[in-house]
Amino acid sequence: MKGTIPPCLLPRREFLKSGGALVIGLSLRGAIADTYAAEQAAGAAVRGDVAGPPDPKQIDTWLAIHSDNTATVYIGYVELGQGSTTSLLQVSAEELDLDLSQVRTVRLDTNITPNQGGTYSSSSIARGSPAIRTAAAEARQALLEMASKKLGAPVERLTVSKGVVTVGAMGGESQSVTYGELVGDKLFHLAFTGTAPAKPVSEYKLVGTSPLRNDIPEKVSGKYAYLQHMRLPGMIHGRIVRPRGQTAYGSGAKVATLDERSIAHIPGARVLRKADFVGVVADREWDAVRAARELKVTWEIPAVLPGSDRVYEAMRAEKTSDRVVLERGDVERAIGGAAHVASGHYRGPYQAHAPFGPNGALADVTSDQALVICSTQDVYATRNTLATVLGLPAQKVRVQYYEGSGTYGHSCYDDAAQAAAILSQLAGRPVRLQFMRWDEHGWDLYGPAHVGEVRAAADAGGKIIAYQYDGWHHNWSAVETSQQLALGTPASEWRDGAAQMVNPSDCGGMYDIANVRLVNHHVPGMNYLRGAWLRSPLDLSFSFASEQTIDDLARQVRLDPYEFRRRNITNERWMGVLDRVAKAAQWEPRPPASKLSGEKIVSGRGIGLGTHLTSYGSAVAIVEVNKETGKVLVKRLYGAIDAGLAVNPAFIENQISGQLVQTASRMLLEEVTFNKTNVTSLDWTSYPILRFEECPEVFPMVVQRLDQKSTGAGEEVMAAAAGAIGCAFFDATGVHMRAFPLTPDRVLAALHSA
Amino acid sequence: MASEIQIRVNERVHNVTADPDTPLLYVLMNDLELQGPRFGCGLAQCGSCSVLVNGSETRSCVTPVSAVVGKSVITLEGLPSWYAQQKKLSKTPALHPVQQALIDEQAVQCGYCFNGMIIQAVDLLSKTPHPTEAQIRRAMNGHLCRCGSYPRVIRAIERASHAMTGAVENTASERLAQESRAAEGVEE
Repeated sequence: MKGTIPPCLLPRREFLKSGGALVIGLSLRGAIADTYAAEQAAGAAVRGDVAGPPDPKQIDTWLAIHSDNTATVYIGYVELGQGSTTSLLQVSAEELDLDLSQVRTVRLDTNITPNQGGTYSSSSIARGSPAIRTAAAEARQALLEMASKKLGAPVERLTVSKGVVTVGAMGGESQSVTYGELVGDKLFHLAFTGTAPAKPVSEYKLVGTSPLRNDIPEKVSGKYAYLQHMRLPGMIHGRIVRPRGQTAYGSGAKVATLDERSIAHIPGARVLRKADFVGVVADREWDAVRAARELKVTWEIPAVLPGSDRVYEAMRAEKTSDRVVLERGDVERAIGGAAHVASGHYRGPYQAHAPFGPNGALADVTSDQALVICSTQDVYATRNTLATVLGLPAQKVRVQYYEGSGTYGHSCYDDAAQAAAILSQLAGRPVRLQFMRWDEHGWDLYGPAHVGEVRAAADAGGKIIAYQYDGWHHNWSAVETSQQLALGTPASEWRDGAAQMVNPSDCGGMYDIANVRLVNHHVPGMNYLRGAWLRSPLDLSFSFASEQTIDDLARQVRLDPYEFRRRNITNERWMGVLDRVAKAAQWEPRPPASKLSGEKIVSGRGIGLGTHLTSYGSAVAIVEVNKETGKVLVKRLYGAIDAGLAVNPAFIENQISGQLVQTASRMLLEEVTFNKTNVTSLDWTSYPILRFEECPEVFPMVVQRLDQKSTGAGEEVMAAAAGAIGCAFFDATGVHMRAFPLTPDRVLAALHSA
Repeated sequence: MASEIQIRVNERVHNVTADPDTPLLYVLMNDLELQGPRFGCGLAQCGSCSVLVNGSETRSCVTPVSAVVGKSVITLEGLPSWYAQQKKLSKTPALHPVQQALIDEQAVQCGYCFNGMIIQAVDLLSKTPHPTEAQIRRAMNGHLCRCGSYPRVIRAIERASHAMTGAVENTASERLAQESRAAEGVEE
């Protein structure tokens, strides 16, 4: 067995028994150099004993060829349960002319894997595959040159299949040598120049096909080790102690009183505290859980939050810093002279990442170095903030990634990593920290609330001539709660422009409009909740507002909403996804459902477009509204994406399917609630998500574009689906829903006030 | 106070030292080092910690370890042999048909919820071999999934139901299983 066998493929018992050779990270104390001992013994790359990132300009950083004619590909993107690792292995196997079964990868580790930036914005394939593709192509070129020497034949006469290089010989004698025989666990020692030509798309055998995901068998058998299964030798269990439900971001929370004796009756439990950061540790996990629950702490919490009922008014009343995101033509003049004008005010709530398994982390911090195992989207960024929190140089901090449950953006993974590190530093021992459900739900960095005001105009012929979108929201939080409480670091937001802005791609960008004005109103975030990117950040809010306004215009010009959109689109890729979804849903013009049926329960349909950054998303929603109870069900969702070259179309279908279900959940049910001091939605009862019985039937579709570069596919259909659901509600009832989620109370209020 | 407790898990007897009030989940995770049942909410709201106790789906995060003394606990890891015993098969399959069907349908996204999904589906099919879609949805309604894998889980349960009761679908399932093994590559 080799050192590069990913630990995920080993059952945990073997994993624990396996010692330093197999497992990165179980040997921090004095034994980092033992990591990959097997590889060292084989005279191969000594990976793991030097702080990264490894030099991206070396081929050896990106891949290794083993004597058994297999390859390890070192990838800088984490697997978030979406299958992107398998897709990236497809890309590398394609270029190397290896079978998918001959390539593998390792988990991310700041001492091993390259720094490709964070796994954000559905970027694994879009940004990750070019480097991996080119490195593989360059390695293949080098291997062919070696084979040419070995076989005494020019490169042009060589063919490769499954890593076997052959020369010859129709009917004659053929000779061959394997990659493994040529390199066999030795380093390439080659500069990565990026100049090797990649394989032409027409010769693809593996990319564009849909082999099955390599992690699923272990995930259904229980052999797959998630972060939550990791254990460190000699560790103790930790829990954080905070107010139930977060406080205003700018205020944090101050300990007023703390009574350590309140947990004296729990064996081995003790309090660890650094300023206002409070945690408990115990040898046994249940004792840590009890200690966190029973520790008597009182907090000073200023009552400065607006409360979830008043948050939109409060945001609109703030003194904002404004930025024109896009200005084209003269919107005012165009609207002034237009035959048709539609406008509306819309609101989207704070929503939680709410990963199904709360975050946790393991940390082993000594006086001069640290190992932290966590589920971050970006091991190198996490390393930097951990270094600050621990007062260590970044080079002395090693961060390893283990998959947790689907995070869908910046959940509490960094907060948990910092909390574990602080506890380990205070305890002087390795600590395993697990957030409880209320920690994760209550101290999340939520997808921010949003107010959108839209105006759009069309001429008498049905051409959209003007579009204006004004959006209010606060930015993302730059300081994690653990750091804020332990070090007193003042809260701050991401730099203006670095994060959340009104998104031109969702806000009218798919239509040909001569006069456009998009304005971002940045609400100062200190007296609001913590915020960060949540899958398809703010796009659901943008499209819910924008696509309903487009439908309003369509009604005014007396055109079917699908036809109206067609007439205002020239981009063939937007048109492609729109046509695809309309065809699948068998969309035909008809009068509004609200005029067709006076029944108590009415079914309506809506069509929508949207995306996140790149790619093209479309959706059709069929909803059912009970006008007496206010209950809304999404019965069917059709969703199509054009994400350029789809490396593995089946994975993208699964992604769309998940996006559609998650969008139904977010549009019908999800809303973070809070009063003036704390968040009050702390579990699955107070923050419900969609369940089996109300799950829509879904129809995912991938528009394959072999001639276009791959773009994101992990979130780009959600905005379209959110818009379609809003439009479908209006079709059913003739009434606008101006805010989501579409809960019975909110629906009844809208129906009664109409 | 901690005391010695004898529990039967996956047909093996284990002696553990624990406070009798300790939720079964923590004993399974930390003392028995099992990876099937896992922490999700600690409130019996989500189903990630589910196990079979005497054949019925039970939330181990709120079940005191003392409450399962004298009972049979089966976890995700023990399902294939439990299934073989129930069906009186001569050989234990590598996977329970529900597990195989989830691979065949590629139903998994992050997969964290699948422990509970599988336990509940096995419970359902052991009592209702031919559930309607509505029965599947009702039986599974207490199990949450953040990734939105529900539609494929429903299909997988239907597939497993056929596989467990009919020969025709079995053939299809086996074919897919072979393809699946061939494509798993990475772990071979």
